[in-house]
Amino acid sequence: MKGLSITFAATLIVVAIFLLLMMLERKKGGRGMSFFERNGVLIGTYLILAVGFWTIVTIIMPMVFMVDLSFRPKLPPSQVGGPLDEYTLKNYRYFLFGSSTSAEAWNTVHIRAFFVTIVASIILTLVNFAICYPIAYYMAQAATLKKLRIVLLLLIIPYWVNDILRAFAFRILLSENGFVNGVLDWMGLAGAPFDFLGANVGLYMALCYSHLLIMIFPLYNAIESQDHNQIEAARDLGAPWWHIHLFVVMPHAKPGIASGMTLCFMLTAGAVATPMVLGGPRSLWFTPIVYDRFYQLFDWPQGAAYAFILLLACIVFVLTVLKISGLKLGEITR
Amino acid sequence: MKSAMLNRFIVAVYMVSFFTFLLGPLAVMVVSAFNTPAYPQVWPIEGLTLEWFQRLASDAEILEGLKTSVIIGIFVVLVSVPVGLAGAICMTQIFRSARSFYYFVVVAPVLTPGIVIGISTVVFWRDFSGLAGLRELMYDGIVLTVLGQSSFISSYCMLIIMARLQRFESAQEEAALDLGASFPQAFRHILLPFLRPAILSAAVLAFLTSFENYNTTTFSILADKTLTTVLAGRVRLGSSPVISALATIIVMLTLVAALAYELIKRREDRRNARRKKTAMAAEDAELSPGAPRPAPKSTDTPPLRPSPSPRNAIHVSSR
Repeated sequence: MKGLSITFAATLIVVAIFLLLMMLERKKGGRGMSFFERNGVLIGTYLILAVGFWTIVTIIMPMVFMVDLSFRPKLPPSQVGGPLDEYTLKNYRYFLFGSSTSAEAWNTVHIRAFFVTIVASIILTLVNFAICYPIAYYMAQAATLKKLRIVLLLLIIPYWVNDILRAFAFRILLSENGFVNGVLDWMGLAGAPFDFLGANVGLYMALCYSHLLIMIFPLYNAIESQDHNQIEAARDLGAPWWHIHLFVVMPHAKPGIASGMTLCFMLTAGAVATPMVLGGPRSLWFTPIVYDRFYQLFDWPQGAAYAFILLLACIVFVLTVLKISGLKLGEITR
Repeated sequence: MKSAMLNRFIVAVYMVSFFTFLLGPLAVMVVSAFNTPAYPQVWPIEGLTLEWFQRLASDAEILEGLKTSVIIGIFVVLVSVPVGLAGAICMTQIFRSARSFYYFVVVAPVLTPGIVIGISTVVFWRDFSGLAGLRELMYDGIVLTVLGQSSFISSYCMLIIMARLQRFESAQEEAALDLGASFPQAFRHILLPFLRPAILSAAVLAFLTSFENYNTTTFSILADKTLTTVLAGRVRLGSSPVISALATIIVMLTLVAALAYELIKRREDRRNARRKKTAMAAEDAELSPGAPRPAPKSTDTPPLRPSPSPRNAIHVSSR
């Protein structure tokens, strides 16, 4: 159980860092009351057990183990922990070169899928922001209370519809004998039915559609907290409308914008259902490739490596957003 | 005047096209659920039928998946609400230098793609359950799905409860302790009642999030099937109006729940307003004529803007 020992060690280190930080704080003369004095034994035990179980067993250990597994070879169960179970970069090499032994040719299929996923997710996030911002602004600053209630109700209707069903709706709309082609045909615009799904129009539209609401609510909350008088003042002082948005509303709504964008990117890049339903035969999106490592090839270490690559991309995106906006993590995850 | 009209026209056009995009696909799906052709079709309407709903009601696989989803949802609520509550309480008590580290750990699952959470849960428990001698019990689709989903749903619950906890006045608790209440008593009778609304909305949100989750579930469910994984299999095989029928039911339920919530809220608002009015009238009667009337307490006024969806309670209540 080589992998698990590393996992346990890493978890112990994390817990130790945490305890160390607390000890340092107490030495500096923190508050007098100890944790158990403050909460009582029963409640204190519940708090520690619940949080300990959650953070250690369901967050830290699985994640560390996944990263650890991604550096190991695929072996039959009997040989795990045996002499062949050595750390290797094989799985990452496979991602780059399509073979774990030679480095002659690039693994273009996987690398392209990865970059298409990342670039398309960034573009879709920006498109979602552009679509949602006017609505959020209207809801937060311009609409009357009655209109706002109606708009909110309309927004909630599609909220709990699952991604799979959303993708399914787009298939009804865009398939070769679907609704849109029917309308185009009726209008006499299209000679032959246009293959929207083959051209991936359906995939991008459904991905955009699925995450509109993820974007709109953080934006609405951020803009809503702004005092309308500030906007009025800017207008009275002669600012053109785009100045008001760029220099008054958006700086105020920055946490909401960052939070919406982060969630939107993460969910778009990590979408599984939509590419499976609408992606067509070619592997365009990265997540189906990850899925296939697991349940087509049963190569779990390689799947773990691919999942880790996806996670790294998300971490880089979050860090970039934090860097550009100058916000702290706590401000965007509220 | 002219530019104002133009402005309103642009806003109207934008709103209409936005909501066409947002609701159009759903409308198409709802129509195809009532249309007779076996391939989901919107136009032409060849005849109205409820056949697809009947097929849905007698579809054993979907019903089985639904049952599993509900079971998982209940367990996720039972795990993630208490855990989220504990997480939120710890956040307020933790020492300053450890706080940002702690925060990073507990919020990380929210920012991690569901597929990565599912994968890490499965690979970890496959080996760990064997080591702990719990393979029979733990390496099970339902158990793993509950664990995987709880890891990020607990974070949602924590964020909701934390938002309310920030407005808690610890003086209340201290008063109870001074008056001789024990710690568990103060916790049960002071803190929990205060957090009740947040705990309830966290529970609803946890259930719904678990119910519609696919990304994590598809990895951690192993041989079992939830509603979403059954659906995914069906949709990949081909299109059938039965799926449209299911979507129609989900949309209708959401609509009914949202309307009911709106009605309850309005009635409460009205009741609050009435109460305030009677209270002010009573105060007026008690005060001698000519005495200045105390200003109404601003904390009693109902919130001006309605809060949107339950998931959004995270954002609404924290600002």
